[in-house]
Amino acid sequence: MEKKHLFWKEHFWRILITACGLFMILLTLGIGAFLAYKGLGTFTTYGHSVWEFFFSSDWDPADNTEGGGTVGAAVYLVGSLSTCFLGLLLALPFSLAAAIFLSEIAPPWSEKFFRPAVELFVGIPSIIYGWMGLTILVPVIRDLFGLDHGFSVLAAGIVLAVMIFPTITTVAADALRAVPKDYRRAAYGLGATRWQVIWQVVLPAARPGVFTGIILGLCRAFGEAMAVAMVIGRARQFPDSILSPTTSLTTAIASDMGGAMDGGEYSTALWTMALVLFGLSLLFILLIHLVSRKGGKSHGRA
Amino acid sequence: MKKRIGSALLGGLLMGAMALTMAACSSTPASTESGGTDSAGGATAAVVGTVTASGSSALLPLAEDAAEYFKQDNPDVSITLNAGGSGTGLRQVADGAVDIGNSDIAAEERLEADEAAQLVDHRVCVVTMAPIVNASLYEQGVTNLTKQQLQDIFTGVITNWSEVGGPDQNIVLITRPSTSGTRALFQEYALDGKEEITSSLETDDSGTLLQSVADNEGAIGYVALSYLVNNTSVAPVAVDGVEPTLENTYNGTYPVWGYEHMYTKGEPTGAVKAYLDFIQSEEYGARMEELGYGVTSKMTVSRE
Repeated sequence: MEKKHLFWKEHFWRILITACGLFMILLTLGIGAFLAYKGLGTFTTYGHSVWEFFFSSDWDPADNTEGGGTVGAAVYLVGSLSTCFLGLLLALPFSLAAAIFLSEIAPPWSEKFFRPAVELFVGIPSIIYGWMGLTILVPVIRDLFGLDHGFSVLAAGIVLAVMIFPTITTVAADALRAVPKDYRRAAYGLGATRWQVIWQVVLPAARPGVFTGIILGLCRAFGEAMAVAMVIGRARQFPDSILSPTTSLTTAIASDMGGAMDGGEYSTALWTMALVLFGLSLLFILLIHLVSRKGGKSHGRA
Repeated sequence: MKKRIGSALLGGLLMGAMALTMAACSSTPASTESGGTDSAGGATAAVVGTVTASGSSALLPLAEDAAEYFKQDNPDVSITLNAGGSGTGLRQVADGAVDIGNSDIAAEERLEADEAAQLVDHRVCVVTMAPIVNASLYEQGVTNLTKQQLQDIFTGVITNWSEVGGPDQNIVLITRPSTSGTRALFQEYALDGKEEITSSLETDDSGTLLQSVADNEGAIGYVALSYLVNNTSVAPVAVDGVEPTLENTYNGTYPVWGYEHMYTKGEPTGAVKAYLDFIQSEEYGARMEELGYGVTSKMTVSRE
């Protein structure tokens, strides 16, 4: 009886939890393999060069299995990158300031109030951000700059900024809070002002965590389809300013997958886009690991 | 719960039919009973089964409306309808995943020849595509465009409304993705196959397109007539002087129209057949026109 009890305690749960963990890994690998299987067809079955896909803007895949179209996805790539980095640029100052405020400046009791407020942002479905962008932002941009319409990189950037702001803020605030109190006390003891403590001691010590927040935010921005699609205008052209409309990878997948013939050149090219998105998030995750490992080292030395 | 009500109804109908036949046996005048048994016979013949369909989002509102009416007479049929695009619908019906594949496009254009050959085409209705402009633009004189002007506008040759008799306002092109059936139809019959300029703004579906045209003063786009029923914020434009209406489509003067297809793999049977027959019936045809779709049998011209 006692032994059996021990078996449960010792092995059963361990096996179950290991199985769950392995399943997650298998699932991720499986998704990656499936995307590669579907997406690489552009290069193997339809014989396009990787160069063409990434650097040509000539996008006209044939919607059949015969192929013979062109699959230059540069416009989509540039659209995704420009909107995401604009979003990051807009969100970063606000996020950092908010994180510093949350962890360093706001009185402890107010935390109960501010934190849920910021976290609430994360839970709002993206369609709502998109819809609000469409009804408020797009007309405002149109009237403010005297344009024909307000669909633009700027509108997408602002929507993304609002969406990634809470992600960066919460992760960065946690990182700042995790900096040992002793660091602060030591710095104050040396006669540093609060600004000096925050800027020269706490922020550098929390750098890996802050970077993790930034990259997670960027990941969310890249993966966002709905909200961006609603305000970006979806014009297949390189944006010549932040006020001109363009398109993005996720937008193209979302709007074209239903009509494209399965297995045809068009849908295969869309799968390739999905593979690129998967690769990009993989790259970002690797970056996070690299950054936090480096940060850990310098932390150790300090 | 639903099922129980359904079978109770069916049971009731059967009993009613039995009562009528018994009454028929006892009474002599033949004319009255034959009417009675006929109607009872029609009701008991209510089909049972399931119908699944997916595909074209342009056809979905009609398919849904027809399903609702159809179920009033046939409460035991369960009908599941999905959008997903013409390509998806054709793929799924060819694979046998759904009973009916809805499509704006002929199967031959999207499937391998041997797969398309297995499908039976049901041209359930005709859709008419109309170029639409913002209502204020219409009031300022953009009420008619020649085909040449339409082509110049959609290929980016003409960029200001003043060039076609409108106000001094930049033209904002609002369009559909290149895989859209609506776009394919408009491109073929209104633009004579010319490619639209790529800097136009794309919208996912006709509803969003309608909204975008209503929101932007200089906007022009195109939708199926069914989207223009009860809409005043946008206005349809005549092409070469011919108004986009069902009448003009029937008599062959308005060129931008196409068949909506419901494909089945092999000849349909049971509930699927009953549903398809119902959509193409004269009884439902009147309702179809109310919704802005054209009845195939009224066409005086045909294609393919």
